[in-house]
This record gives sequence, structure tokens and C-alpha cells, in this order.
Amino acid sequence: MQSVSTLERVLRGIAITVIILFFMFPILWIFLMSFQTNETILRVPPSIFFEPTLVNYKALISGRLEGSTATLEIAFMSNLYNSLFLSVTSVTVGLLLGVPAAYAFARLKFRGSEDIAFTLLSFRFAPPLLVLLPLTIYFQQIGLADTYVGLIWVYQLIVLPLILWIVRGYFEDIPADIEYAYRIAGHGFWATFRRIALPLAGPGIAAAGLLAFIFAWNNFIFALVLASADKQPVTVGALAFITASGINYGQIAAGIILSIAPTFALALYAQRYLVEGLSLGAVKG
Amino acid sequence: MTTATAGDPPKRTFKISKRYLPYLLSLPALLTCIGILIPFFTAVAYSLQRYRLSQPWAREYNWGANYLNFLSDPSFWNTLKVSLTYAFLTVGIELLLGLGIALLLQKRTRFNNFVSIMLLMPLMTAPALASLMWKLMTNPGFGILSYFAELLGIEDMRWASDPSTAMLTVVIVDVWVYTPFIMILLLAGLRSLPRQPFEAAELDGVPRLFVFWRITLPMLTPFLLTATLFRVIESIQQFDIIYAMTQGGPGDTLTVFQVEAYLNFFQSTNVGRSAALLMILWAITYFLSSVFIKNWLRLRERARGEA
Repeated sequence: MQSVSTLERVLRGIAITVIILFFMFPILWIFLMSFQTNETILRVPPSIFFEPTLVNYKALISGRLEGSTATLEIAFMSNLYNSLFLSVTSVTVGLLLGVPAAYAFARLKFRGSEDIAFTLLSFRFAPPLLVLLPLTIYFQQIGLADTYVGLIWVYQLIVLPLILWIVRGYFEDIPADIEYAYRIAGHGFWATFRRIALPLAGPGIAAAGLLAFIFAWNNFIFALVLASADKQPVTVGALAFITASGINYGQIAAGIILSIAPTFALALYAQRYLVEGLSLGAVKG
Repeated sequence: MTTATAGDPPKRTFKISKRYLPYLLSLPALLTCIGILIPFFTAVAYSLQRYRLSQPWAREYNWGANYLNFLSDPSFWNTLKVSLTYAFLTVGIELLLGLGIALLLQKRTRFNNFVSIMLLMPLMTAPALASLMWKLMTNPGFGILSYFAELLGIEDMRWASDPSTAMLTVVIVDVWVYTPFIMILLLAGLRSLPRQPFEAAELDGVPRLFVFWRITLPMLTPFLLTATLFRVIESIQQFDIIYAMTQGGPGDTLTVFQVEAYLNFFQSTNVGRSAALLMILWAITYFLSSVFIKNWLRLRERARGEA
């Protein structure tokens, strides 16, 4: 028995090592690449030993990329700013509109509520281009093409359904009796909502907000279709980056690291909410 | 109620607002719904028209012609084949790998929890950026993976720019990004299973392989089904990874539904064909998602009953 479990432990160890290598190596490699110049990146055979340098990050932050042939002006920082601005405003708008709506869906049964909830949920799974392509034509007609307002509006298509469905589940889990008791004590509808329902659904709202932020930050297709260069988030901006000629590979790597750092930091900071949110409340892990 | 005392008016407005309150609160959701449904029906209309942005004068309803043309259009069948292959390969590999990892990390130890959080990082990476990362690693000039391939004796591996390995390359990126999703869902499922059947089996000395096939797997089925459906729905409409990696190329090797529709709309400006493609994709995902939603709601009900 003992020998079997030793063998098994070794096999398990190997399996876990291989898995960690596969999933972590790309992040580690790009991270290392971001501290190298083209000379060390292009070295054969590749090596993990090199003199780390911050030139790539400095170039990105100053917006002047010293290429091999010429100096290139790339507004990577403004892409980063666009990502931050679009995600933060979309999630704020989504929470302000979505949380009260989720409460209405959970507590006040009314005609058509299930139809609205299901339409939103089923389009959460529909191909985004199906809605986006006609919208580009409409947006051009009403002057919303290539505006932040138009983009934030479109971002609601992913942010709102997510918030609605996660937060609704949390509101439904609160026993209605607690709220009735508070109402009977003479408090109004809004006071009950603010002082009882909101705090009790707090974790759900946090999970939904966190997940919505990550989805908004990582979104690619909306901005690719609707935004021009000066309004593009990092996901679209970085793509233009790699095709630009005369760019140092280390600078692309540094750009990627700067673009994924915020979602990584958030995920690590709020892992508990993340796991709850990812399973959409389907399983209480 | 007829006498207007001082306390009456606020009470009355409260009653009115109470009746309309649900509608007022859910107004944003309703507006979003309308904001989705209008473009959706517009797309339905486009799909029934001969409509090219470059020839607006020739725009007219041709009813089912766009769809009928697909029957004899090899590039449509290629799109269907590539999309299904992509979905089948990615979800198949992710399911096996995700289940394997979840089983390895099943015990609630500090180390296992740490590893599972670490493995979530690829899922936090924007798929488009993940493609860029792998593009840097598979560059024929300096890519570390091209170097490894050479060490293994594969000379001049061209990854995404070679038609024979392009599918493999994007599938690897998809597996890298989305396996953690399946892993986290199945891990939560495994850890929520009741203990008694496993304890009883251990007392009786039932072989572990038998326990896996006869107890673990059947009890995990609802979770497996949820994860699979969710991933198939997403995978069949994958755009970010493929577009960022090759824009559908080389040639038409990777023109999945949404990439083909995007290129039709913006490059050949054939709005009618683009919309018809998206409608077919929508029909597939609508069918899958209605099964998924039913299954997911049942799972949620059960989780709530046990909580």
C-alpha cells in the first residue's frame, strides 16, 4: 500500500508541475521579455539571464518609442486611460441602474418581469456582432458613433445582464420577513432597500461589480467595431501596436503587462467574490 | 380620502408610485432590452435583403436568397466546418483538462487553494491580449516556443501562419485562457458533493476507479453539463482570439462565423450576407442557450435548497 501511495504522490507532483508550467509560463515569459531590449530578446538560444532594464516601460509612459529605425509616437497611456475610464463608468452606470432593477425582479413580481429577465439573459449568449453591426449604422445616423457615451451605452449590453442576474439571486436569498418586519416598524420602501436589502446583498453586488469590471476591461469586439484610435482601450490599442513597424518586442511585452496588471491585481485582491461571480451563483463554492 | 388633510397628498403619491415602482426600477433593464431588440430585428431585416454598403442603390428585399445561396456556397460550409471543429476541439480538451485539474486540487489544502487561484490568472487575461502573448512566443524569429519546437526536431514551425498548424495554435490559446473556467466550476461542484457515499465506498473497500465512474462522475454530471454548454456557446462564436491572432487567415483556414461576418461587413461591405451568417449562428446559440438556461436555473435552485 505504502509504495503505491508514494508512486501516486510522485505522479501527482509531476502532473501539478506540468499544469502550473503550462498556465504560468506565458505570463512569466512575457513579464521577463518586458525588461529586455531587442538585443537580448533576439538572442539564440534564449536565456532567462539578462541585464534587466526599464527602458520599455519608460518609453511607453513617455509615449515616445525609440524604434530601430525611427522614433515612433504611440499613445499607449491614452489607451490605458480609455480602458480605465470606459470600465469604471460602465460598471458604475451598470450598478446604479442594475441593482434597483434586480431588486424589483426579485421582490416585486409584476407583469412582464420574467420576459425582460429572460430576454436579457438569452441575449447574453447571442453573438455580439449581431447587435453591434446594425448599431454601427444607427450610431452613425444619430451621431453616437465614436463617442464615449455610445461606447458606455454598448458596454451596458454585457454589464447590465450580468449585474441583474447575479444580484437578483442574492436578493432572492434574503428572507422577505426581515424586510417586512422593518417596514412594519414604520420605515419606508427606500429606507428598507437602503438599510436592509443593500447591505445583505453586499457580497453579491461586489461579485457582480468585480466581474462586470473584468468583462468590460477585457472586451475587445465593441471597441474594435465602434471606436477610433483616440477612444480605443488597451485590448484594441495593443493590436495596432504589434503591426506598427519598427517597434521593439520588449515594448509590446511591457504594454501587455501594463494592460493585464489591473485585472490580475483585482482578481488577487478579491478572489472570494471572483469565484462566486464566475459560477454565476450556480454553485455556492 | 375625499377630504384633503395635510397628511393625504404624500400618501396618495406613495400609492401611485408603488404601483409604478417596479416598472420605474426596471426601466433601465427594459430600455436595454429594447436597445438589443431593435438592432436584432434590424439584423433580421438585413439578412433578408440584397444590401451592400458599396451599392446602396441596389438595396432591396430578396427574402430568403442570402440563405439559399449558402447551400451552394463552399465558403459558408467552410465557415461552418471551421467553427464546429474549433468548438469541438477547444471544449473537448478544456473539459478533460479542467476535470483532471479539479480532481487533483479537490482536497481543501492551503497549497491547492493557492494553485487554483494562480491558475485563474489566464482567465483574467483579455483573450485578445492572450493571443498577442502567444504571438510573441510563437514568432519564428525569436519565439521561445519556436525554439522549443526546434529542440524537438520540428524545423521551421510556423504556428499560426501555416495553414496546417493555424488551428492548433488558436486552440492552444483558447485552452490556455478558458480551461481555468471549467476547472473552477468543477472544483466548486466536486467540493459541494455530499460526503456519505464516498465514506461508505471507502469503508467497503470499493476500488477508486469504480468510485470515480459510478459515484463521482454521475453526481458531477449537472456541473459538467453546465460547463460544457456554457463553453460550447462561447466557443462557437469565438472572435477575439482568432481575430487578434490571424484575422481569420491564412487564407480561409480560420474564418469562423463571427470573423467571416466581420470581414463580410467591413471588407466586402456585404451587409446582407454578414447578417444572414450571424442569424444562423444566433439560431445555433439560441437553441444551446435555452437548454443551458433551463439546466442552470435547476442547478441554482438545488444549490439554494441545500444552502
